[in-house]
Amino acid sequence: MGSTGQHGSEGVGRRELIKRSAAIGLVAAPGMGLLSACASSGGDGQDKAKAGKKTAKNPLGVNDTAKLDFVLFDGGFGKEYAEDAVKLYEKDFPKAQVKFSATQKIQSTLQPRFNQGNPPDLIDNSGAEQMDMGVLVGKKQLADLTPLLDAPSYDDPSKKVRDTLRPGIVEMGQFDGDPVWILNYAYTVYGVWYSQKALDGLDEKYPETWDDMLKVCAKAKKKGIAGWTYAGKYPYYLPFSLYPMIAKVGGREVLDAIDNLEPNAWKHPAVKACFEAYYELFQKGYILRGTPGLDHIQSQTAWAKGKALFIPNGSWVENESANVIPADFDLAVSAPTGIDSSDKMPFGTIWASGGEPFVVPAKAANPEGGMEQLRVMLSEASSRNFTSKVKSLSALNGGIDGIELTPGLKSGVAALDKAGDNVVNPRIPDWYVQLEKEKIGVGGLGEMMAGRLTPAETVKKIQGFADEAAKDTSIKHYKHK
Amino acid sequence: MQHGKYGFITGFLAAPLGLYALFVIWPFIQSIYYSFTDWTGLSPEFSMVGVDNYTRMLHDDIFWKSLTHSLLFALLLPLVTLGMALFFAFMINVGGRHRKGGPVVTGVRGSGFYKIVYFFPQVLSIAIVALLFAFAYNPDSGAINSFLRGIGLDSLQPLWLGDPSLALWCVMAVLVWSTTGFFVVLFSAGMASIPAELYEAALLDGAGRATTFFRVTLPLLWDTVQSGWVYMGILALGAESFAVVQIMTTGPGGPDYSTTVLVLYVYQKAFRDGQAAYATTIGVALLVVTLAFAAIVMRLGRRERLEY
Repeated sequence: MGSTGQHGSEGVGRRELIKRSAAIGLVAAPGMGLLSACASSGGDGQDKAKAGKKTAKNPLGVNDTAKLDFVLFDGGFGKEYAEDAVKLYEKDFPKAQVKFSATQKIQSTLQPRFNQGNPPDLIDNSGAEQMDMGVLVGKKQLADLTPLLDAPSYDDPSKKVRDTLRPGIVEMGQFDGDPVWILNYAYTVYGVWYSQKALDGLDEKYPETWDDMLKVCAKAKKKGIAGWTYAGKYPYYLPFSLYPMIAKVGGREVLDAIDNLEPNAWKHPAVKACFEAYYELFQKGYILRGTPGLDHIQSQTAWAKGKALFIPNGSWVENESANVIPADFDLAVSAPTGIDSSDKMPFGTIWASGGEPFVVPAKAANPEGGMEQLRVMLSEASSRNFTSKVKSLSALNGGIDGIELTPGLKSGVAALDKAGDNVVNPRIPDWYVQLEKEKIGVGGLGEMMAGRLTPAETVKKIQGFADEAAKDTSIKHYKHK
Repeated sequence: MQHGKYGFITGFLAAPLGLYALFVIWPFIQSIYYSFTDWTGLSPEFSMVGVDNYTRMLHDDIFWKSLTHSLLFALLLPLVTLGMALFFAFMINVGGRHRKGGPVVTGVRGSGFYKIVYFFPQVLSIAIVALLFAFAYNPDSGAINSFLRGIGLDSLQPLWLGDPSLALWCVMAVLVWSTTGFFVVLFSAGMASIPAELYEAALLDGAGRATTFFRVTLPLLWDTVQSGWVYMGILALGAESFAVVQIMTTGPGGPDYSTTVLVLYVYQKAFRDGQAAYATTIGVALLVVTLAFAAIVMRLGRRERLEY
């Protein structure tokens, strides 16, 4: 008798356990193996559809009987806007079959298909499982979208698609040289988000210089409101207002040098001045207590409840936090506060750029169809449909006439108008994802704003990360033209 | 009839061995093969790069951080979890005082209830547990800091998961909370099968609780403890640590890499950075660590078996 006796003379079985350890503990290794099985089985992929005849109505030469395979990221914007656009495509090409699917798991769904060489014709490569664009471009997996950009626009044949887009959309699709690999369908305004009502309650306007910013925060503190909060667990939200501030203080070239990973780019005095300004918020106790332990949803909720005045964020916050933002909140966005009147760029300098990146794979069976679907989406009607459904601007310049804009969206449009040409577009977040999020964001800015690093130490640490990335041969490097 | 017997055995073994080779051994071999390439995981093309990935790994600070954390998980978690589980199981089954008319060996009052309560966390999926604790650790409105405020410790409001010096311990505490119950039940089953006469004899000789535990219970339970140790260690190196770190300390694995572990790093390299070949290299390192862990525990734990 006895519980252990039953296992026989070997006890629990030493070898059995080691075997089990190999089997259970290393889910990772065999998992990678199963995935890798895809790579070796990859053939030449599927047969390409024959291109159709180019006509005025069909400028891209879509084969009107070819199937179209469209995979969409089903995220903050939902899938309705794309389904509506698919209906328009089907109306133009009644004989074509469209296979539309929406998923949150872009990479797990599509990675095997890329490895086998039969990817879909159009992909919205977005979300937490976004496939690394740098790698896709570097491995020549994407089609050049230049034919689409040079095609006449859907609404006005005398205008090219290229000329109907908002500033920065075309450049954002480029990595190195002329080809355009990505078309960002949404247009995001980044900056400092706040409640106009809360600011009115303090009898203050949005501050344009840092001294004013500190004054507003001091006033708020007396009323028991924190000046700032941010996504502490994802400190890479801080750059949404910090990067344009750096550009405002030191000029665009400072950001370009940072993007290009130039030596000592972070040691520019403007960077240090902005870091010190933000650090002062921490030192004076203007940051909501506990912020470094909050994630983006938690910090947005605290901010929407009025516990903090300002939060650096992107224009998706209006849709994402819709259920916690009170009806009379009067959501507004502003370009970042600068240091003082000696700044190189005027107040209003803002970061705005494309979001929701669409790509057509190089090995797609029907690349013309994929591009045509994008051309449909860039029509006035589709764009308006998108804006009214998801509270975000689209890449199409204009296309908001006749819709009632929500407060945040309205304020975003006004900020863009005020900025005029002073729109900056830092590329580090899409060129070097790991460097931006983990190293600069979490390792540098997050530590500084939690008070664990001084601005000088932060500059040094981040410069070290950037130098490391510049030397790393396992990642592809890009430069501004 | 001899060759007939071998044919019979081979026939039965062929299918399972074949499946095992196909689904367990072959992926391992493939992974090792891919660790010598520059495969991205996003395109079918790759070329051989020799030991580049391995040299890179040896110079990779984050790899070493992940390894250190994984080893901490594998050593500390079993120690704490099994230690607590042994204590609880002993109190539930043996630690009670002798009550008049009752059995000689018994647990503390209400032990049946405790057993169920301890097992509760086991019913929840690890993902749910991790989410619950992520809320509890919220420094602004989470349960823990609210409790601290409630009892007047207003000045003591740690950042928990936001503090690099606390985050790893916070994550480990969650794993202890969620796994101890399983081992309490496992050890209870083991203790139930230890003959009551041994305890009676010990009690007659005047042994207290501590002596009974160290001289009777632990030696007779040793095999169970040992397999529990290996099992817990592997959980801590693999799936469980991945789940809690990925869900609770979102981002790269905690502030300033304070909670990153090997499995998480494999996942990030393969599915975020498009460096599948490098990920397999780290996977191979994880294989070595796990095998070494199991071998060491089995080796150190070897002792004479007691028959009863």
